[in-house]
Amino acid sequence: MNEDLTALIPELALLGAAVIGLLAGSWLPRRRQWVIAVLAAAACAAGLVATAVTEATTRERTVFSHAFAVDTATFVGRLVVLAVLLLVIGMSVESVRSHRRESEYWVLLLMTGAGTLALIGANDLLMLFAAYLLASIPAYALAGFAKDAPGTEAALKYYLMGALLGTVLLAGTALLYAAGHGTLYRDLKAALPAAPYGLVAVGLVAVLAGLLFKSGAVPAHFWVPDVTDGAPTPVAAYVTTLPKIGGLIAGYRLLHQALPGSDVNWPLLLAILAAATMTLGNLAAFFQTSVKRLLAYSTIGQVGYLLMALAVATRSDLAQQSLLFYLSAYAVTNLGAFAVVTQLPRARTLDDYRGLARRRPGLAAVLVVCLLGLVGTPPTGVFLGKLEIFSATIDGGYTWLAALAVANTVASLFYYLRWLAPLFTTDDVAPAATQAPQGRWAAATAYAAAALSVALGIAGQAVLTLADGPLVP
Amino acid sequence: MLSVVTFLPLLVCAALLFLPRPLPDRVYLWTWIATAAADLALVVVVWAGFDTGGGMQYEQRVRWIPSAGVGYHVGVDGLSLPLVALTCLLFLAVAVYSLRESRRVRSYVCLFLFLQTVSTGLFVALDLILFFVFFDLSIVGMFFVIAGWGHGERARAAALKFFLYTFVGSLALLLGFIGLYLAADPHTFDITDLTRTNPLAGSGLYAGLVLLAIGVGLAVKTPTVPFHTWLPPAHTDAPAAGSAILAGVLLKMGTYGIVRIAMPLLPGSWRRYALAIVVVGVVSVVYGALVALAQTDVKRMIAYTSVNHMGYIVLAVGASGTLAGTDAQARSLAVTGAVTQMVSHGLITGALFLLTGVLYDRGGTNAMDAYSGLADRIPRFAAVTTVAAFAGFGIPGFSGFIAEFQIFTGSLASRPAATAVAVTGILITAALFLTALRRMLLGAPRLPGTIPTGGVADLHRHEALPTVALLALALVIGILPRWLLDVIEPASSTLTGLVAR
Repeated sequence: MNEDLTALIPELALLGAAVIGLLAGSWLPRRRQWVIAVLAAAACAAGLVATAVTEATTRERTVFSHAFAVDTATFVGRLVVLAVLLLVIGMSVESVRSHRRESEYWVLLLMTGAGTLALIGANDLLMLFAAYLLASIPAYALAGFAKDAPGTEAALKYYLMGALLGTVLLAGTALLYAAGHGTLYRDLKAALPAAPYGLVAVGLVAVLAGLLFKSGAVPAHFWVPDVTDGAPTPVAAYVTTLPKIGGLIAGYRLLHQALPGSDVNWPLLLAILAAATMTLGNLAAFFQTSVKRLLAYSTIGQVGYLLMALAVATRSDLAQQSLLFYLSAYAVTNLGAFAVVTQLPRARTLDDYRGLARRRPGLAAVLVVCLLGLVGTPPTGVFLGKLEIFSATIDGGYTWLAALAVANTVASLFYYLRWLAPLFTTDDVAPAATQAPQGRWAAATAYAAAALSVALGIAGQAVLTLADGPLVP
Repeated sequence: MLSVVTFLPLLVCAALLFLPRPLPDRVYLWTWIATAAADLALVVVVWAGFDTGGGMQYEQRVRWIPSAGVGYHVGVDGLSLPLVALTCLLFLAVAVYSLRESRRVRSYVCLFLFLQTVSTGLFVALDLILFFVFFDLSIVGMFFVIAGWGHGERARAAALKFFLYTFVGSLALLLGFIGLYLAADPHTFDITDLTRTNPLAGSGLYAGLVLLAIGVGLAVKTPTVPFHTWLPPAHTDAPAAGSAILAGVLLKMGTYGIVRIAMPLLPGSWRRYALAIVVVGVVSVVYGALVALAQTDVKRMIAYTSVNHMGYIVLAVGASGTLAGTDAQARSLAVTGAVTQMVSHGLITGALFLLTGVLYDRGGTNAMDAYSGLADRIPRFAAVTTVAAFAGFGIPGFSGFIAEFQIFTGSLASRPAATAVAVTGILITAALFLTALRRMLLGAPRLPGTIPTGGVADLHRHEALPTVALLALALVIGILPRWLLDVIEPASSTLTGLVAR
């Protein structure tokens, strides 16, 4: 039994900072609560350094009776999650500065970040469920952080869906335990091929239900638009990015490690889910007028593309690196768009962005990079991600799915352009007050995210090299 | 060297964007002209050092994203060098033409510099993904040119249509590229490697589907019937400079993709479906000419003649994929004609669109009915337009004649019926250009009411210089074509050899 805590430095750093932040926050005066934000950022930075060091020095391994895997997917997942947390912290600074509950905000963010990290490494169904709870519960509170009517509705909806599908996940765990006499993925891998078909199928679907909720995929996507619209913008950025990273990597690990030999046809199930998710997300985004709702549906569409990699998890060697690369590119690009929305808190509809290019050319440039990036225009990271994921899908024998994804990409271009076109109008410009900027931090985050998005496209080899490696059983 | 040619405009663009203080508009415009001239000078140097029989030259190959099989690989041969030169020349012409531009000059100059990098990069790219990157970015750049500097609210709709259509095409292209990538062992996107190994030889249906995807992608960009419907609105509502680049350079990306990618990488399927390609070409020729005949808007008319002119190219490349009843020399001649036609169309149509820009500038409309007897009022404009129109329907002495003559001679042996039908296209274009000239230039002088009482100004120097220069080059090619054909011919015979294997 390996209980080497050094393997878990990033997770422990986030949790430790959360506890310290909670205690310190109770005594700090309101205007000095920014100290907790610095602490949170430092914890993320420490986690990044620790990940880089362990990546360079140690081999893949599992800890705690193989319940937690520290391997390629964990490394890349940690890097992405921690980098994304830093960006979310950056764009939140002005939104919560000197708020009555500022320290709580940072603590909740750290806790749910730690939960996401645990989801990424989970190599055991019970560990998966624990991580699910740790990642979800603080997020419910964050969704209702503003304590206004839309926020409360968002939090309630998020909580009810999460509680329901969490229970389903637990029930699925029980069924798979009954079928495979174990919860470790390595035990399930050996036992499931001989287990009763119905039991495995139902158990798998139930476990996937929980993960689909985290990822915001059809049919567990109903919370996404309401939470994105109702929660404060940085929280919306968070819920449409981080849980997806956790849920999708956890799903990939489950399918790839526990079910490769099972005769349940899960690749087809996931292909259908991917097709439904991308189509529904993109069609629903078509005529949205609120920028946050538009982005919410766009993230649903993006999950559809990501699920393609899960469908071919065991059928193509390209699946893993395509999933990890697309996740990292999607995360920074999506955050860039949300950072612009954070920076312009009074611009809520597409019309409020009319003429932004003349008034704030920098932010308009970020939007162009990020929205065209989400479409998959080169040379942004998402283009390379799409290239990889389409290649993996065709390689895995799902050419129809790749063709559908292409059709969806074209459809998605339409609504992204509906947002981009008003930026450049010169007549009938929106009043200056609606485009009043919030502050320096949100703008800096937006620029950083856009730069990262382009950098990932041009120098994507760095991440692809990291993402190319085995998972440990 | 090629990387310098490609990225010089982008560097200047970045420098202009990040200058701390805005400069006067004139400075931007002159910087642009200087950059375009420097780039053209570099291309002349490249051309001077080009060994006509030497195959791919000035190659540069750098590892870029090896895990994805993507590399930075550039080079020129006889197929791409004329198009690189054409690109640089047209951008210089457009830069001079835009000297009086006053609307958001910095963004305008930067966009065109960006477009120049993208266009040059596409023609030198020897990696499918590099090609695709430039292909896609050309759409993005042109979208902003049409939406930002086009004619009013309608231009935004046209820009959206343009973007959606060509984006569909580019994604189909991407699927085809992925199909090639997965078929190669080891997986690669490198065009020269794929040409050498010919990974899809003998894999019937799969290769056919890949060709279909790539063919649709390139056909949208070219455009051929039935994928041409984005072209007329995009041209009509784009600013003249944008139209000239769109017709002169961006349309060539489709046909260049055919000779660079579709033919050498998928020779088996190209031969098998040659008849379908020939049919698409002939239909484009005749349909484009007939619809152009019915237009009442000058710009729309020229846009449809582009469909017609691109149709000749498609006919030629289709005929060169037909081995029966022909020899290597005839097929090579057809390809040479196709490449010459790309250059010729760029020069002549570029000039024609710039001239319609002058017309719009003076009268505020491109409707043919609005003008009459222009030869009386603005004789220089009328003279240049007449020359351009005659060059446009392929009168001997201009480059269009050389190109179309080679295309018909090369295609006649293998596809006599198709060639015979296509020749009628020349008749129709001759008729429509002459009709347009008669209606607008001759007759009693009549001008739109929007023109001020002071009268209408003839061609200014910055308008005359680029159009006359483009037409002069078309004339030089028409009379002394050897210097161009010597470059193209070895590459065409290599290409026909690759298709026949």
